[in-house]
Amino acid sequence: MFQCIYNGEKEAKAGKNVFGATIRKMLEEDPQVVYLDADLMNSIGTSGLENTLPNQVIEVGIQEANMMGVAGGLSAVGKKPFAHTFAAFAARRCYDQVFISIAYAKNNVRIIGSDPGVTAAYNGGTHMPFEDICLYRAIPHATVIEFTDSAMTASLLPKLKDRPGLTYCRLSRKNCVAVYSEDSTFEPGVANVLRDGKDVTIIACGMMVAEALQAAVELEKEGISAAVIDMFTIKSLDEACVLEFAKKTGAIVTAENGNIVGGLGAAVAAYLSETYVTPVIRVGVKDEFGQVGTPEYLAGVYGLTAADIISAARKAISIK
Amino acid sequence: MLTPLKEFATDIRIQQMEEFKTRGFGHLGGSLSITDCLAALYGGILRIDPKNPSWEDRDRLVVSKGHSGPAVYATLALKKYFPLSVLQTLNQNGTTLPSHCDRNLTPGIDMTTGSLGQGASTACGMALGLKLSGKDTRVYLVLGDGECQEGQVWEMALFAAHHKLGNFIAFLDYNKRQLDGYTADICDLEDPAEKFRSFNWYAKRIKGDDPDLIRETILETQKEQGDRPAIIVLDTVKGSGVKQIEAIELNHHVNITAELADEIIVQLKKEKEG
Ligand SMILES: Cc1ncc(C[n+]2csc(CCOP(=O)(O)OP(=O)(O)O)c2C)c(N)n1
Repeated sequence: MFQCIYNGEKEAKAGKNVFGATIRKMLEEDPQVVYLDADLMNSIGTSGLENTLPNQVIEVGIQEANMMGVAGGLSAVGKKPFAHTFAAFAARRCYDQVFISIAYAKNNVRIIGSDPGVTAAYNGGTHMPFEDICLYRAIPHATVIEFTDSAMTASLLPKLKDRPGLTYCRLSRKNCVAVYSEDSTFEPGVANVLRDGKDVTIIACGMMVAEALQAAVELEKEGISAAVIDMFTIKSLDEACVLEFAKKTGAIVTAENGNIVGGLGAAVAAYLSETYVTPVIRVGVKDEFGQVGTPEYLAGVYGLTAADIISAARKAISIK
Repeated sequence: MLTPLKEFATDIRIQQMEEFKTRGFGHLGGSLSITDCLAALYGGILRIDPKNPSWEDRDRLVVSKGHSGPAVYATLALKKYFPLSVLQTLNQNGTTLPSHCDRNLTPGIDMTTGSLGQGASTACGMALGLKLSGKDTRVYLVLGDGECQEGQVWEMALFAAHHKLGNFIAFLDYNKRQLDGYTADICDLEDPAEKFRSFNWYAKRIKGDDPDLIRETILETQKEQGDRPAIIVLDTVKGSGVKQIEAIELNHHVNITAELADEIIVQLKKEKEG
């Protein structure tokens, strides 16, 4: 059960601190859990764990491809690996190792990619992942999740510990806009309906969930009733939920902090085009590379704001 | 009295502090530690024409540890590739000076880097291409020690030796630290010169804080390397030349106040005056 507490304000805790504390708890509770990192522990709130739990924490160094292979091997001998690096490197730098040594070989590994999309901010284009959702979606049987806020990270991450196969999680290390109460719980594969509506449905993930909620408030002032769905499990898509709201509202907007090529919007559009043809307008990065800047500036540059969702909603309704 | 190259290195440090002062944070440690190497390269080694950054016959430099861009930008501005005032835009919205080197944004930057390990291969490809075209231009590469944990660096090392890239000189900024701590604790490089020698490279290891020594070593290496790729391992300190930054243990990416930046600038100017 979850409770939506959205009021536009940010969470008090940074995503990285919550992640660090959650990993520590899991390591302490289950000796088979191992944590691997590629020289970014200091960036993700896990530094120091290698000293307190040396048998469960492996600082691999700057070698993402090797890390993924090692994680696959650890799984093969019964460990439960969680491997972290920036999402850009988790997606691009070691794709074949993830594909073959983890997914194809049927090892059970959870990969955490931090700094999704424009939240990579000042690290710029080399570090700005717009493609990780697409790439991980393309791996057969993979689970792809984006944590909406750190309340979700704390609650959902431990549930993934015994999940079979490859699970990829996108996570912001900054302070997210608060969406959920701390006692909320989440089920992988089950989308959360945050707001009901009649005229249009906004299906969002990650930081775009807060933008979607903001857009819905403003659309209401125009007399447009918008439903908002948090599709935090991007794969497997909660198809029943998508179908229900397509039928109910007849118009869909998707919103994601990444390239629209192969992302959440592509998944929703592909599903509906084969089941219940409905207009789907995709809000997301339109096939561009990243660059340096504040997340707010970049959200404006790439069209990732509540205002972009509002115009997409009008458009979706107009072509019903 | 500082030698002209030492003075140049100090100017590069001053301009870096100006950049970081405006932005308030950045990759200070690894930018400062390649400064003396940059002073040697841009102080007379590189065949370049700042008025014509895309001159076909120029020597190329790839800074594979692309997060050290601010050091390169300060050097390029001092060489008049662009006005010093542009340095104020480091990492600002819409800038031409991003945190990591980008060949499409900054005049004088020869290769886009930032995903560690990749500059090693692109530099090697440039050296091979220029050699195949019969050019006498050289290619220089700057690697980080943490970066050498990437397998790609060692793939490149095998490849460069196999293809007898005698027009290729790499530097290893052996500052012993990476992002999370000490390289020796995380995944030890041990004696990198020895490792590269075993890959059939010409390798030297010197103190990395003296641009005059670096210059001499480059000239000697050019004479000695023959048809082998070469590496000069520079024993450096992360944050080199600024004691306040050297003293911060995890100084990979740090915040800096305008007051501290100013204090450091004054101190560096004093060093110049002697
Ligand atoms: C492929 C890749 N993995 C991780 C990073 C993140 N990162 C940037 S700099 C850095 C540490 C680099 O250490 P080193 O090469 O020793 O550089 P220096 O200490 O000289 O700054 C890391 C992990 C990256 N840029 N690229």
